[in-house]
Amino acid sequence: MTAQGLRLEKISKTFGDFKALDGVDMTVPRGTVHAILGENGAGKTTLMNILYGLYQPDGGRILIDGAPQRITSPRRAMELGIGMIHQHLMLVETLTVVENVVLGLPGQGMRLSLAEHARKLEALAKSFGFDIDPHQEVWKLPMGMRQRVEILKVLYRDANLIILDEPTSVLAPSEVEGFLEGLRRLRAAGKTIIFISHKLDEVAAVADRVTVLRRGTVSADLAVAGTPPSEMARMMVGRDVVLTTLEKTSPTSDEVLVRIRDLKARDNRGNQALKGVSFDIRAGEILGVAGVDGNGQAELAEALTGLRQAEGGTVELSGEDVSAAGVYERRHRLGISFVPEDRHGTGLVLDLPVYQNAMIRDFRESPFSSGPMLRAASARKVAEDWVKRYDVRLQSVDQAIRFLSGGNQQKLIFAREVECRPRLLVIMQPCKGLDVGAIEAVHRTVLAERERGTAILYISTELEHILSVCDRVAVMCAGRITGIIAPEEATPERIGALIGGLEEEKVA
Amino acid sequence: MLRAIQGIYMLRPVWAVLLSLLAGAGLIAIAGVNPGEAYAALFGGAFLDYYGLASTLAKMSPILLAGLAVIIPLRVGLLNIGAEGQIYMGGLFSSMAALLLPEMSPVVQVPLCVLAGALGGGLWGLIPGYLKAYRGINEVIITILLNFIAINLVSYVAGGPMMQEGAPYPYSEEIREGLWLPYIMPHTDAHLGVVVGIVLCVVAWFVFRFTTVGFGLGMIGKNPVAATYSGIRVRRNVVAVMFVAGAIGGLAGTFEVLGLKHRLYHLFSPGYGFDGIVVAFLAQLSPLMAPVAAFFLSGLKVGGLIMQRAVGLESTVVEAIQGLVIIFVAASLAFRFDRGNWRRFLERRRLLDAGIAGGITNNSGGRS
Amino acid sequence: MSWAGDVSSLVDFFSTVLRLSTPIVFAALGGVLAERAGVFNVSLEGCILGGAFGAATGAYLLGTPVGGLVFGILFAAAIGCVLAGLAVGLGINQLVTGIAINILVLGLTSYLARLILGADATSTLPGFAPVAIPLLSSIPLIGPVLFNQDPLAYLMYLAVPLSYWFLYRTPWGLNVRAIGDYPVAADTVGVSVPGVRAICVITSCVLGGLGGCYLVLCQVFVFTENMSAGKGWIALAAVILGRWNPALVFVACIFFAFSEALQLRLQFNNPDVPYQLFSMVPFLASFVALVAFAGRVRPPAAIGTKYVRGGK
Repeated sequence: MTAQGLRLEKISKTFGDFKALDGVDMTVPRGTVHAILGENGAGKTTLMNILYGLYQPDGGRILIDGAPQRITSPRRAMELGIGMIHQHLMLVETLTVVENVVLGLPGQGMRLSLAEHARKLEALAKSFGFDIDPHQEVWKLPMGMRQRVEILKVLYRDANLIILDEPTSVLAPSEVEGFLEGLRRLRAAGKTIIFISHKLDEVAAVADRVTVLRRGTVSADLAVAGTPPSEMARMMVGRDVVLTTLEKTSPTSDEVLVRIRDLKARDNRGNQALKGVSFDIRAGEILGVAGVDGNGQAELAEALTGLRQAEGGTVELSGEDVSAAGVYERRHRLGISFVPEDRHGTGLVLDLPVYQNAMIRDFRESPFSSGPMLRAASARKVAEDWVKRYDVRLQSVDQAIRFLSGGNQQKLIFAREVECRPRLLVIMQPCKGLDVGAIEAVHRTVLAERERGTAILYISTELEHILSVCDRVAVMCAGRITGIIAPEEATPERIGALIGGLEEEKVA
Repeated sequence: MLRAIQGIYMLRPVWAVLLSLLAGAGLIAIAGVNPGEAYAALFGGAFLDYYGLASTLAKMSPILLAGLAVIIPLRVGLLNIGAEGQIYMGGLFSSMAALLLPEMSPVVQVPLCVLAGALGGGLWGLIPGYLKAYRGINEVIITILLNFIAINLVSYVAGGPMMQEGAPYPYSEEIREGLWLPYIMPHTDAHLGVVVGIVLCVVAWFVFRFTTVGFGLGMIGKNPVAATYSGIRVRRNVVAVMFVAGAIGGLAGTFEVLGLKHRLYHLFSPGYGFDGIVVAFLAQLSPLMAPVAAFFLSGLKVGGLIMQRAVGLESTVVEAIQGLVIIFVAASLAFRFDRGNWRRFLERRRLLDAGIAGGITNNSGGRS
Repeated sequence: MSWAGDVSSLVDFFSTVLRLSTPIVFAALGGVLAERAGVFNVSLEGCILGGAFGAATGAYLLGTPVGGLVFGILFAAAIGCVLAGLAVGLGINQLVTGIAINILVLGLTSYLARLILGADATSTLPGFAPVAIPLLSSIPLIGPVLFNQDPLAYLMYLAVPLSYWFLYRTPWGLNVRAIGDYPVAADTVGVSVPGVRAICVITSCVLGGLGGCYLVLCQVFVFTENMSAGKGWIALAAVILGRWNPALVFVACIFFAFSEALQLRLQFNNPDVPYQLFSMVPFLASFVALVAFAGRVRPPAAIGTKYVRGGK
């Protein structure tokens, strides 16, 4: 194989007791697009952070154009011509485009010559066919534009090897094709690109070669041409992917439990994030909400649970208008449960022991308290019972929940939100960062709730998950529901069009 | 071994105090005084002598209550630097109730004075609480500014409208003896305030430990987002907690006036509100440990004066020591006890020891 | 306002404003720098006090104001190192650390001042005399107010545009602004977040210390316990009111100094009213201004948070 390019040999990295990477080998010849596929937690991001000098490997070596290199810091990585575009864009929103590009640029001396840099930046952007105003503040730009700023940032530093970490996760489907085209242009200009993803179609569309990671090891390394996507998927998960819907034993009832009409809300910045959303959920029905992150899903969940003040519209539960109810009333009298997206920030108090996290929702009620007094002993007993029934692995319920794994934390949250027998269960991105086993456990719990007759709103950006558990799928785009369809009719093209807002159905 | 480390870790404040006494010994030595003698005079005078102990208990009253006024909001995630101002407002309101209201039976008027003092301090806590909860203005700056306003306000009142005629410096008329707090040690200044302080500490501990209200408040302190998610009205609770804390600070001032000074003096608190911050950190935010910390700190202050008389050393050295205590306690916050980390640390030590014993000391021995 | 028409009285009044503003401006610029880098420097009060103590000690021991300045700066820098070490290095809560430092500095300076300055504490120390700038100082009204000042006031004139230039016109200033808003972005392009923060905090404390030096070496020529008397807190209020922009912060400081000068004038003109009623004015002005405006301003996003690479 050619020495020109990047070569990784036996890279290992351990965090605490967790082996994130275990002897990873990889070769990326210059001027190619190389995809790295893998599930969440497979070690993709760790590998790239090592390449970019953010982490040091515990073992193995990195060769660039045949010479072994120690990449001790991002600065060193840049000197070696490595540029990285992180999954969460690394742009300071209050600064302008050119300020973001110039930030940290070595060899600037004492004066910040923004005008000159802006000129050079514009020329560079033109040469790659990007059209951008260097003096625009970043927060005013759409996501796709911001990503180009990120790419320009590394190009401006003469990067030859560009790492992109799940670049399309922040893009609307309509922006994805333009982005892939940009990658092809970069390749044509002789840049080497490493492209991390778990989306098979994108990999198939643009990559030359693919390395598949599974649990910190390379499970396959193959040319993209001639490899069917299903083969890649099998390598990624380690078994055949079940894309069939999970067994549902009982049909949905006809009783409409939740009726939302014209719900409107603003986001934290004061922008209209929900622009009049209407739908029904029946008892024992799972309504999925698909869409690209940041299209009003979070605001929808918060407006339903009372965490966000709705600006207009009504929420009805069994015919009762509950739009005016506060968080406490919704949770306790009305029986609305919520599994939030941010486990650590919202769903748990990390410093509290497990049994106290079990009582966060209902600590004012029996059996957790009687009158004004807490009942620690009975709370422990309840928590121990849940731990057993929901298979939460831990040492003791007195352990701080911080030390549990993500999957076990999520199981406890589900136990807490489900054991109170809710009427409406709102779930947001429940499988983020979980391994396959934990995901299955989560979905089993959700289906069991469905059997019990709960109305469930399942919000996720993972289309596969939604399609496998939901009875109907609502697609959100730019604060609206662009369509509600049954999973059987949900072809990728159809959903793609709805997600991108290209098509809009009349919703009953 | 792990248990031993945990024990050492739990005693952080004790190490901080010992370190600062050690550093303080250095400061004392600079002045050419034997630190041993100085400390003997200080602690002997403050804790082992009847009158010294009484003075310590008298001083402990405002310091302990101020400490509680810092601890309670801090457990809810609010930094109350305004105990000083709350003390002054408590003193002002209670002495107004004592001097300006028509004379009543003490049975009625004493509780009225105490309530007025609590209300005065409470209002002074309510303002930053409201601004924090509903306007998002940093409570640290607001409480500090309110301190200066309260201090000047009391000076103005004590030197103007309420000043005793012919007084050489600003103070009010004397409050009649019927309204004084009872003394707890005969022939001394030690008054009931410290007992109330200890009782309130126990109440606060009980509330945080055993009640749903306390659980909710603790949750706000540890993760306000999760608290909102669980249905707690965070803003309302923030305001309420600051009111209660202010009221407790107000009580500190009230008892200082009704129990010790019996007049409204200008500048009557020499920074007890800030001593309260030291108490809060020294007690690691535990209401039960607060009396211990306050007792120690008051002893330090009383003993400082005794030491000054005995060995001729400036009593301000105890302020320096107090400053060292809080900085060492603050520094000790960096060491979090994490069972996993310590276990790995011990494991590494063990491997290293094994390596040394076997004659091979390579650095990779620690990695496993 | 019987004095309004009198030019010499007016000159007097505005030079008082300028004199009173100088320590606050220094401290507030320090506050801007630290907060722009994402560190809440609550210890400015202690820095002013520490700077004042250092200045007094230096001037007393070495007999020259320059010696005082050097000592003042060194003492403030030492405070800055402690704050940087605890808040940036160890990641302890910035507010807690700052307040702890204030209490430490108060106790330490009170004790050491008695020890070092001792019996001489009330005698005047050597200080800087006003230096009239030729030509400029003879401009009517403005000349005597602005250009008949001591060297540290001139330094303050320089410090304001200098900090503005630094923040908005240099790559380092860009680093600082980026770190205060989104430190991860700066880290990923190779800017050391703890390094920049530590430098900003130490400089911030030195600026606060300069305010203290000014108090001792240009204003009162003695050191008294707790002589910072809340100026550090007013400076922090000015930082918020000035929206973390050196130019606006300067204006806010002038506003506070104006209210202080006004209260001195009121005290002087109303000797029968207890002066405390008036000495409350600057604090009341800060309070009212904060309540009126603070809700609408947006501080640097990452302020008060510690930065840990790859973690929360």
